[in-house]
Amino acid sequence: MMSEVLSDRPTTSRTSALSARPSGPEPVLRVQNLEVTYYTDAGRAKALDDVSFTLSAGEKLGMVGESGSGKSTLALAMMRMIKPPGRIEAGRVIVGDTDLTGLDDDAMRKARLSKIAYIPQGAMNSLNPVMRIGAQMVDAVKSHMNGESRSSIGDRCAHALKSVDLDASVFRMYAHELSGGMKQRVCIAIGILLNPQVIIADEPTSALDVVTQRQVMETIDRVQKEINAAVILIGHDMGLMAQFVDKVAVMYAGRLVEVSTVREMFTDPKHPYARALISSLPNLDNKGVFQGIPGLAPSLLRLPTGCAFHPRCTHAMDICGTTRPEVRMLASGRVVTCHLFNEEA
Amino acid sequence: MRTLWLVVRRFLFLILVIWSASTITFIIPRFSPRSAIRERFALLARNGGFSPGDLEKIITAMQTQFGLDKPLLQQYVDYMSGVLRLDFGYSLNKYPSTVIDLISQALPWTLGLLLVTTILSFLIGNLLGAIAAWPKAPQWLRAVATPFVLLTGVPPVLMGVLLLFFVGFRLKLLPLGGAYSIGVIPNWSWGFALDMAQHQILPALALIFGSVGGWVLSMRGMGITIQGEDYVNFAEHKGLDGVSIFRDYYLRNALLPQVTGFALALGTVVTSAIIIESIFFLPGIGTLLQDAIKSNDFPVIYGIVLFITITVATLMVAMEFVYPLIDPRIRKQ
Ligand SMILES: Nc1ncnc2c1ncn2[C@@H]1O[C@H](COP(=O)(O)OP(=O)(O)OP(=O)(O)O)[C@@H](O)[C@H]1O
Ligand SMILES: [Mg+2]
Repeated sequence: MMSEVLSDRPTTSRTSALSARPSGPEPVLRVQNLEVTYYTDAGRAKALDDVSFTLSAGEKLGMVGESGSGKSTLALAMMRMIKPPGRIEAGRVIVGDTDLTGLDDDAMRKARLSKIAYIPQGAMNSLNPVMRIGAQMVDAVKSHMNGESRSSIGDRCAHALKSVDLDASVFRMYAHELSGGMKQRVCIAIGILLNPQVIIADEPTSALDVVTQRQVMETIDRVQKEINAAVILIGHDMGLMAQFVDKVAVMYAGRLVEVSTVREMFTDPKHPYARALISSLPNLDNKGVFQGIPGLAPSLLRLPTGCAFHPRCTHAMDICGTTRPEVRMLASGRVVTCHLFNEEA
Repeated sequence: MRTLWLVVRRFLFLILVIWSASTITFIIPRFSPRSAIRERFALLARNGGFSPGDLEKIITAMQTQFGLDKPLLQQYVDYMSGVLRLDFGYSLNKYPSTVIDLISQALPWTLGLLLVTTILSFLIGNLLGAIAAWPKAPQWLRAVATPFVLLTGVPPVLMGVLLLFFVGFRLKLLPLGGAYSIGVIPNWSWGFALDMAQHQILPALALIFGSVGGWVLSMRGMGITIQGEDYVNFAEHKGLDGVSIFRDYYLRNALLPQVTGFALALGTVVTSAIIIESIFFLPGIGTLLQDAIKSNDFPVIYGIVLFITITVATLMVAMEFVYPLIDPRIRKQ
C-alpha cells in the first residue's frame, strides 16, 4: 500500500518551484502563498493558509472542498475584496504581468472585471432589483472605459448577452422578470464584458435544476473558449465538474491539499482526503452503500496540530499529529500536501 | 386591465374614507348635547353684548340660517354636497368668513414651513443615515449623524423654546416670533420676502432638528441590511467607483421603504404645526385650529379635521401610484 502511494517521487517543496512548472505555456494567473485571517470575537480563524497555484490561458480549474474550507475566501482574496474582520496577511496574486497585490486601490478597482472577474456565489440576489439589466451592464463597462461611445458600449453588452444565449430583450428587463438560470447567465455575461484573463465562478450552478446546471456550465465553457480566459470553477458537485474542468484542486481547512488533472484525480487521487471525496461519489457498483468521510470538518479556530486532516485520516502517522506537511510537487506535476509523500516518510 | 381595476379600487377606497370622515363630522356635533351656537352666544350674552332675553330669538334665527331646522336627512344631503364642493360652511367666530376661506388663508403658511422642513429633514436624515451605515465612508462623515440622533430625545416644544432663548433672545440673531416684523405691511418685494424668510428660520430649525434623527435611525438600520446584499458586493466586483455603488445600488434600494415613511410623516404635519406655530406666533392651520378650539368654533374644527383626513387619504392613495415608479417589482403585481 505504502509503496503504491510512494511511486510518485516528490521533488521540491515550497511554492516558488511550483510556478516554474516545466511544461505548458506561460501562466496567466499565479497565486503565491496566499494567507487570509478572519479576526473574529472568538479568535483568529486562518481561512487561507499558504495557498499557491498557477493557471494558463484557456485552462479550467475546479475548486472543491467542504463548506467552510475557504473556497469563497480564496476567490475574494484574489479580487482583493476580503472585508473586515478578514485580512490578507501575505501572498501575491499575479494576473498576466500585473501583481494585483501591489496595485493602489483605484488601479485594483480598474483591474476588477477587466483583468479578473468574479461571478458571485448566489447569483439569485446579485442583480440590483431596481435597475434594468442593461443599466447594470452599461455602468460596468463605463467605469472601465472612459469616453467609450454609447453605441460601442451597447454593442459590447449585446454581444455579451448573445454569448450567454440570452435574448437581446433581457437588456430592458429587471431581475425579477428573469428565471434563476437567466440571472446566472446575466452574471456570466457581465463577467465577460471586458474579456478578462481570469474568470472565477463561485458555485455558479448550486441553486439550479440539473438541466439548467448543464446549460450554465456549457455556457461558461463556451464563453471561456471564446475569450480564452483561465477559469476557476468553485463547486461541490464533483461529477458535474469532472465534465468541464481540466484540473481539480481540493481544499481542506484553508489549505490546498491536492491539485491534479481530472483524470488523475478520478483514477488515482493521492491525498487521503481527496481519495475519501472520490470514493464517496455514488456510482453503480457501490449503489446503496453511501460512503461518507468519518468525522467533522475542524473549526478554523481550533485546528488540529500538524496536518488539519489527521484526526479523520485513515493513513495518519505519528508525524501527522505534530508537523504541518509541506506543499510538494510530485514528478508528474501534481501538487500534494501530505506526509505520505515525504521522501523519508 | 389589472391596473385599471387597481385605480378604480383605490379610488373607491378614497371615496369611502372621505364619506366616513364627513359622516362622522356631520353626526358628532348634531348628536352631542352641546350646541355650538348656544354656547357661542351664551358667552357673548354673559359679556353683556345683548340681553339674555334675546338669546333664544338669536339662536333660533341662527339655526334657521345654518339650516339646522330642516329635517336631518335634508341637512345630511346639503352637508355632503357641500363637502364635495369643499364647502364646510361658515365660521361661527369669524362669521361671515367661510371655513374653507380660513383654511385657504392659513394653509400656505403651514405648507410653506412644514412641507419644506419635512422634505429637507427627509433628504438630510436619509443621506446622513445612509452614510452612517456605509463602511467605506470617512469616519468623520459617518459621525455627523450622531448629534441628530441625540436630538431626537428633545421634545419639539423644548427644542423651539431653547432655540428661541439662545439664538433669538440671547444672541439676538433672529426674530423672536411672528410671520414678519411688526409694522411691516405685506407686499411683493424682496425686502419683505427676506424679512419673512428670517422669521421662518428658527421654526424651521426646530422642526428639522426634531425630525432628522428619526430618519437617520431608520435609514441606518435599512442601510446596514442593504450594504450586505449580494448586489452591492457584485457592484464592487464589477469595479464600479464608490459613488456609483453608493448611489445606484445602495441608496436607491435602502430608500424604498423610507418613501412610505415619508407619506406617513406628511400626515403628522398638522400636529407639528400646532406646536411650532403656537411657540413662534406664526399664522397657519395649527393656529387656526387652536383659535377655533378656544372659541368653540365647531365648523372650523370639523372643517380642518375633515380637510386633513381628505388630504392624508389622498396622499396615501397617491403613494400607491408613486411606489411602482420607484420599485419595478411592484409594477408587475
Ligand atoms: N466575514 C467573516 N467573518 C468571520 N469568518 C468568516 C467570514 N467569512 C468567512 N469566514 C470563515 O472563513 C471560512 C471559509 O469561508 P468560505 O466562505 O471561504 O467557505 P467556502 O469554502 O466558500 O464555503 P461554502 O462552500 O459554504 O461556500 C469559514 O470557516 C468561515 O467561517
Ligand atoms: Mg463559498
